[in-house]
Amino acid sequence: MRVVVATATRGNELTVIPAEELAHVFVEVADTLVDDFDVVDFLQTVTIRTAQLSGMTSAGLLLADGRGELRFMAASDESARLLELFQVQAQDGPCLDCYRTTEAVVNADLAAAGAQWPRFAPAAVDAGFASVHAFPLRHRSHTIGALNLFDTAPRRLQDDEARIVQALADVATIGLLQERSLRDAEVLAEQLQGALTSRVAIEQAKGMLARIHDTDVDSAFELLRRYARREGLRLSQVAADVVARPDSHPGLTGRT
Amino acid sequence: MRQPDDDDRRAPRSRVEHLIDAERDEEDAPSRAVGRLRRLCRAVVRALPARGAGVSVVSLVDGSADDWLTAASAGVGAEALEELQFTSGEGPCWEALATNRPVQEPDLSGSGSHRWPAYGPSAVERGAGAVFAFPLRVGSIGLGALDVYRAEPGLLSADAFDLALTFADVALELLLDGQASADDGGPPVMVHALSYRVEVYQAQGMLMVDLRVDAHTAMLRIRAHAFVTGRPVLDVARDIVAGRLRFEKD
Repeated sequence: MRVVVATATRGNELTVIPAEELAHVFVEVADTLVDDFDVVDFLQTVTIRTAQLSGMTSAGLLLADGRGELRFMAASDESARLLELFQVQAQDGPCLDCYRTTEAVVNADLAAAGAQWPRFAPAAVDAGFASVHAFPLRHRSHTIGALNLFDTAPRRLQDDEARIVQALADVATIGLLQERSLRDAEVLAEQLQGALTSRVAIEQAKGMLARIHDTDVDSAFELLRRYARREGLRLSQVAADVVARPDSHPGLTGRT
Repeated sequence: MRQPDDDDRRAPRSRVEHLIDAERDEEDAPSRAVGRLRRLCRAVVRALPARGAGVSVVSLVDGSADDWLTAASAGVGAEALEELQFTSGEGPCWEALATNRPVQEPDLSGSGSHRWPAYGPSAVERGAGAVFAFPLRVGSIGLGALDVYRAEPGLLSADAFDLALTFADVALELLLDGQASADDGGPPVMVHALSYRVEVYQAQGMLMVDLRVDAHTAMLRIRAHAFVTGRPVLDVARDIVAGRLRFEKD
């Protein structure tokens, strides 16, 4: 059974998107967010599926970097990729407008857009595209990029089609933001464990050297420090070496 | 990843922050984060309520505990109960970390002692009737747990459980809190806890030489001795470092 959820118009044709297919795409996108998240793979999937679902020729995606500059991230094909790169380079085009205003740019007339996008419009036409739309990647007060749709025919998007594309963009945005904050926290947690490890190794090395040289831990620490300085090595590195392989610094441990 | 039902159940963050704010600040806390973590533990004891609470961080080598730091605790015997999980290698925190879900043991002397034959009876001896652990995980990294103890058997009420979930969230953030003493290169809570524990690692190094074993095995020996004698790992370590305790190679 097919339930009509949305229609995509291509010229005079009506294309029906089955509910299951739409649901499948959302699940597919959400799935990539869970295990072994690969940002590039994820964004590639988003562009390809968005193009397919909307019935448009191509899609591209730009993300803002740490300084708020848009950077190319993914595209569903080569022409879209080149055009997105051009948008970034020329600092001109619907994605940039969309990112700056945080509003979708839909159904703009490319042929007549020479004034609006003096560099992008001619380049898009040269690349064989006749229509272009841009949707913001935004979640609450964060706008992190933009999703571009291109078509070789002068395609207009209906309201419900635009809503579906925005919904896909929203899912992608939530996934990206979640992945980022998780990654930041993981990096912090890793740094925490790393910092602990090197401090612990130094104390362990002090204990080892105290026994080997039959002295106290403070004298052992002096031996460790002098050795590291003499050899031009980092203290924590020598300590880690000695703990992992007791014969790694025979000049210090007296072992071969 | 958080499970959807846990998210729905969490108590409001603001409520927990207010509870922590209501605890007296210590003037001698080594850092803001440590001070607040101590207040968090006291707030848990007061609010749930509980007999004791502790926030501990573990490091794992090959899935087995290599070291343990209790970053903060409150309540009678809480620190010893925290340590007991480490020395025995058993207890709710390990399960909570492994499954990334809270663990409740309402009856330590009964089912708890079957579940944890080493930890259970010892915990009961130290006054715990029930114990609950809330994992502190960041993505794929298991850091530790917020552990809560009660003298009387029984589960946590729904409200208490929800509160504890949010307390655990706040505890995790405080553990990772980066505001710090510039020199130490680690979040202040951890650096502070570690600095009190240096003899443990020194003793580890000494055993590595005495017994010709690796670091992990040396730690196991120290832990086992601590468990068998019912003494804290740190005390055993101090004896080793001072030469009062010597292990013989088997």
